[in-house]
Amino acid sequence: MKQLLTGDEAIARGAYEAGVRHAAAYPGTPSTEILENIAKYDEIYAEWAPNEKVAMESAIGASMAGARSMASMKHVGVNVAADPLMTFSYMGVNGGAVLVTADEPGMFSSQNEQDNRNYAKMGKFPMLEPSDSQDCLDMVKAAYELSEKYNVIFMIRMVTRVCHSKSLVEVGERKDVPVKEWKPDPMKYVALPAYSRILRVQMEDRQKALEEASENSPFNYAEYTDELKDGQKVGVIASGASFWYAKEVFGETASYLKLGFTNPMPKNMITEFCQKMDVVYIVEEDDPYIEEFCQRLGFKVHGKDTFPPYGEMTPDVLRKSLTGDTLPEVNYDHSLVNKRPPSLCAGCPHRGLFFRLGKRKDIMISGDIGCYTLAAGAPYNAMNSTVCMGASISVGHGAQQVFNRAGVKRKVVTVLGDSTFFHTGVESLINTVYNQSNTINIILDNRITGMTGHQQNPGTGYTVKGDSTIAINIEELVKAIGIRHVKVIDPNDLKAVDEALDSFMDLDEPSVIITRWPCVLKKFSQEDLNEFEGLFQTKDVVDPEKCIGCKLCQKTGCPALIFNAEDKKVTINRTDCVGCDVCKQVCPTGAILKESEAK
Amino acid sequence: MTKNILLTGVGGQGTILAAKMLTIGLMESGYDVKMSEIHGMSQRGGSVTSQVRYSEEKVYSPVIEKGTADIIVSFEKMEALRNLDYLKPEGGVVVINNVEIPSMTNLTGEEKYTEGIEEIIEGAASKVISIDATRLAGELGSVKAANVILLGTLVKSMGLDHIDWEDIIRRNVKEKFIDLNLKAIKLGMDLAK
Ligand SMILES: Cc1ncc(C[n+]2csc(CCOP(=O)(O)OP(=O)(O)O)c2C)c(N)n1
Ligand code: SF4
Ligand code: SF4
Ligand code: SF4
Repeated sequence: MKQLLTGDEAIARGAYEAGVRHAAAYPGTPSTEILENIAKYDEIYAEWAPNEKVAMESAIGASMAGARSMASMKHVGVNVAADPLMTFSYMGVNGGAVLVTADEPGMFSSQNEQDNRNYAKMGKFPMLEPSDSQDCLDMVKAAYELSEKYNVIFMIRMVTRVCHSKSLVEVGERKDVPVKEWKPDPMKYVALPAYSRILRVQMEDRQKALEEASENSPFNYAEYTDELKDGQKVGVIASGASFWYAKEVFGETASYLKLGFTNPMPKNMITEFCQKMDVVYIVEEDDPYIEEFCQRLGFKVHGKDTFPPYGEMTPDVLRKSLTGDTLPEVNYDHSLVNKRPPSLCAGCPHRGLFFRLGKRKDIMISGDIGCYTLAAGAPYNAMNSTVCMGASISVGHGAQQVFNRAGVKRKVVTVLGDSTFFHTGVESLINTVYNQSNTINIILDNRITGMTGHQQNPGTGYTVKGDSTIAINIEELVKAIGIRHVKVIDPNDLKAVDEALDSFMDLDEPSVIITRWPCVLKKFSQEDLNEFEGLFQTKDVVDPEKCIGCKLCQKTGCPALIFNAEDKKVTINRTDCVGCDVCKQVCPTGAILKESEAK
Repeated sequence: MTKNILLTGVGGQGTILAAKMLTIGLMESGYDVKMSEIHGMSQRGGSVTSQVRYSEEKVYSPVIEKGTADIIVSFEKMEALRNLDYLKPEGGVVVINNVEIPSMTNLTGEEKYTEGIEEIIEGAASKVISIDATRLAGELGSVKAANVILLGTLVKSMGLDHIDWEDIIRRNVKEKFIDLNLKAIKLGMDLAK
């Protein structure tokens, strides 16, 4: 039967059909929906890990114990998981193992554009690159067979357009793959130098066998045409989504070599293809990975000399690079298009905290990655750095040490979300305690992983399957690692925010402020409803008589506040307002009221 | 020939569900279909676009090239303007829902919501169908059905009204909204004339 699936859904379906029993992941666009879809199958145990390293290790353990296992993550997640990954490649598998990486050419929602194909080369493990949803399903299934045959983890490299585009997929039945027997095998599973040196030598034979597999793989194939373009035989070598973009632009006038098994590369196949062509273009996203391989074989090919070295290789980009122009478009004045920047939702619990924090002088705000990164922009301007997940606390620690030693009077305030704290913030905070920085560390506990679409995390009390579990208490945790000054506050209470910051500003020791209020878009649990009274049940209104049009309320950045140019007054969009009262505390004339107080 | 449809709006307007029903209808009547979606981060209120391509033969790219959309269906006026460069210069149709959703920059007064968007679009498109889908949906029972009114106008304009959309609605919307949406799709089709 054919179904219309996204690439992420097709990976999940492929895992199901391949008999996968264990899947672990940490959310990250555009990979998140893989585990969310896997979690729907009763036959597969699925878990959100606190970070990608833990997810990778969980999958490694499951493979050792004999089950087919999967770890999935966004491209930067593989940096976090790289340590176990690099050595697991030496060891090989018991149950088949697959890592799915979702790269982001064009950086729709990522902090960098790294090309994870380089990891496959560095780690000497094989890699497949799907181009559409059918490829995703077929490649996952093949990867498990090959993983067990060649005794090695496989990596599947997706890109955003493969993850999030839908296309038709022929789905099949689940294959029942029994759990293999586990036997102690120190040579294989204990990465002592003496053993690893032996494995390292064996990897060379494995690599040769995999080269054969790549040459004969159905995922690498050529499509030849007799047509000439300007009297020349034009060939295109492409992988991933780029293959379809290239077909759109080069059409019937080119021959194609589609590469799906891209580590190791099919050397003979590429040689044969290039020899038959007069001119060869390499169409690939991110790094010149295929291009450099062709050059090493001695072929003069066109790649990054013709196409941009960054961004997506969508048809308009390819056409512009090849012909100097895009297709004709309608003419209009593009400057008339108003911006629509993302903003914190109406009632977002991060608003009150950043509105007040941004007003402080003599501080450095070391931020992190999550919805709250929007605080770096107007109207808050309340974030001075973000590097990667969990970095806020440790980057802040490093900066504080320099300020203190250089005699600079500047307090460092670090800010990160609950999911980010569990990801890698905990170790950073341990460092701050151990090496005694006097930073103020704010954990924005909105009871969910907001930015990536509301996934459960170790603090929420639920698993990816929706089962209830122990909710790790952040306050107890930070006290246990040695933080002696902790305050838990409601971030919508601006006075409480100010008081908490004031009370920790002059301390010589590290401190923690936990802002505890749920994300507006969270599906509230019974525990949330019990804990947070009247959660988003009310609405606020503006009394037009009292409003003087000073726009101070809009400085909170709430999108429910509308300034009307005609009467120079603010009104509140009733549908969006959730009655958080942040604007109400800011209004100098008392014009903002709860609906229940009005009239 | 591959046909290109671009649906656009603001997060929360139901563009994604409309695009989903559209692709199901196309798939079930035997077309090859590809769809690509770009939706910003989790927060409400960002721009959302769904690109749908279908053909009796194989569809290659899931993304539409600028200058090639046969039809743009915009759930909000500014988003129509934002995506207008996708429209085919010859023979392109634009369906606009006649609502203005101010962005953050409009709300704070940094930018004034551009006036005369419809005139600009009329100057560019071969045909413009402007409808008050949100108001009409409200009259039918819920503004939420505006997306299905627009879907009706879209499928009629593309000559896809032979597909059994009523059946697709029955299978894809919640039980209690089925009647509302059946009325909505019919109304949308009638408005496409
Ligand atoms: C290593 C890594 N993994 C995953 C991501 C994707 N990511 C960005 S923010 C975020 C979660 C943020 O959640 P939280 O800290 O709870 O803040 P919120 O968005 O809820 O405010 C994730 C998973 C990333 N950027 N880097
Ligand atoms: S999704 Fe939640 S955390 Fe993110 S901006 Fe909206 S309310 Fe805030
Ligand atoms: S802060 Fe108060 S007085 Fe000033 S614009 Fe807002 S509602 Fe009006
Ligand atoms: S109370 Fe004010 S700040 Fe809070 S959601 Fe309503 S309008 Fe926005």
